[in-house]
Amino acid sequence: MSTGAYDRVKLARDSKRPTGLDYIRNIFKGFIEFHGDRRYADDPAMVGGIARLDDCPVTVIAIEKGHTAKERNYRNFGMPQPEGYRKALRLMKQAEKFGRPIICFVDTSGAYCGVGAEKRGQGQAIAENLLEMSTLCVPIISILIGEGGSGGALGLAVADRVWMMQNAWYSVISPEGCASILWKDSGKADVAAESLKLTAEDARSLGVIERILSENDLGKKEFYDRIRELLKDEIKDLSGDIDLTQNRYDRFRKLGVSAVIKE
Amino acid sequence: MALLSFLKPKNKLEEGGRTAAPVQEDAGEPEKKCPNCHKDIPLSRLWANDLVCPCGYHFRMKARQRIKMIADKGSFHELFSNLKADNPLNFPGYNSKIETVHAASGEQEAVVCGTAAIGRQKCCLFVMESYFMMGSMGSAVGEKITELFEYAVEHRLPVVGFTVSGGARMQEGLLSLMQMAKTSVAVKRHSDAGLLYIAVLTDPTTGGVTASFAMEADIILAEPGATVGFAGARVIEQTTKKALPDGFQTSEFVMEHGFIDSIIPRPNQRKYLTAILKMHNGRAVV
Repeated sequence: MSTGAYDRVKLARDSKRPTGLDYIRNIFKGFIEFHGDRRYADDPAMVGGIARLDDCPVTVIAIEKGHTAKERNYRNFGMPQPEGYRKALRLMKQAEKFGRPIICFVDTSGAYCGVGAEKRGQGQAIAENLLEMSTLCVPIISILIGEGGSGGALGLAVADRVWMMQNAWYSVISPEGCASILWKDSGKADVAAESLKLTAEDARSLGVIERILSENDLGKKEFYDRIRELLKDEIKDLSGDIDLTQNRYDRFRKLGVSAVIKE
Repeated sequence: MALLSFLKPKNKLEEGGRTAAPVQEDAGEPEKKCPNCHKDIPLSRLWANDLVCPCGYHFRMKARQRIKMIADKGSFHELFSNLKADNPLNFPGYNSKIETVHAASGEQEAVVCGTAAIGRQKCCLFVMESYFMMGSMGSAVGEKITELFEYAVEHRLPVVGFTVSGGARMQEGLLSLMQMAKTSVAVKRHSDAGLLYIAVLTDPTTGGVTASFAMEADIILAEPGATVGFAGARVIEQTTKKALPDGFQTSEFVMEHGFIDSIIPRPNQRKYLTAILKMHNGRAVV
């Protein structure tokens, strides 16, 4: 349990870790994948569709990294293009229309940075998700399963509940990026990882997440069974919440308030 | 036609660029070199022209200068000026950084908020400060902007916001990232109340600010030649290992790709904003 923050970051990047699709296939039944953002393209880094959580129809969305070199290349290493965020939002709006809860699995080093992504409005795509997710009137649960890289992760995490796997990380910037900007030395990533407070325990103590999920039996049946039960309980609770969007507003509204000095 | 004539760039600027009198050799007159036309421009002349070079280049401007330029004289009333950054993560070097930029800029934080009138149209106004950690968004910036949108909902006012930001402030880690969500939920509530939000993107508007409230306005404007983008150009170059196209991530680039409504040079902004605010003032009953 004394694993350092940067060791956690490395664990979270392990290609053998379960990916978004592993979670979807093992937790839910009858997953049907839907494609495309209806505007430009289909982004293989973002997977989404409908499935059953036991008997309850839900919309599931995941950033997918893939395991093998070939898969990872196809999935763009889990770095979504603007079309990925737009597909996710399209499916979330559909979920709202049909009254389905939304469950997102987040695992990205960040939204893809490239010339095409900028041309097609990467910033605008993420901004629109933040804006629209804030008032969707169905329950949203987001689980950070590996890397939670900045705006690219937040674009799927304006949720009623945000959970993290015990070795996932969530940060405003990668430790390497932080070290190279602040200290001109990406070799100081381990110092940056500690300073950024990016572990699941840190995120919980900052009030950014509600729950840390144990990685005991990671990838085994017991592991997925446990998450399924937690999801069922939480969705049951959230479904009875008549102030769902107000509570979501308050959830984000309070973040960082205590980090501000009032003179 | 005459009604819309103000939308065109002021001719005197363009003419000035071509027929400018030779810069006086008067040693007493301080000058600033324009990075665009490479001429030395007398500071007094820049000041008289809202820090726009005769060639059209827009120099960066301090938040309070901009407020003076954009708001009706004496109309600005500052709000939430008592809020400033703490060091919530005890991030190494952050306290001293804050002290240095506070001393250098005279500002407590990277955004100035308040109410103002623009062409006698009352609004909430926020102007980000490039001289305070390049307008980076930490918890205090997020809180001030969120408070402003909430104030605007309560008083049923439009919001006009000038953005300038290098992105989220990494010294506040996850809490900075969460300010993107916090400001967004507040913008949405303001929008759902049927109220107008105009953003003016100035140099540079990037990262977490682009990916939140800068791109969430009803009407998005930009100053000519401003850097506007999500990822840093250097990062993109390193990732893709390709040279970036000319004019990449400028106002003109995002305009061409459909992400902003118009590019408005500084000397025209007051009139332009007044016109838009007037058209949204009160619900027309036809």
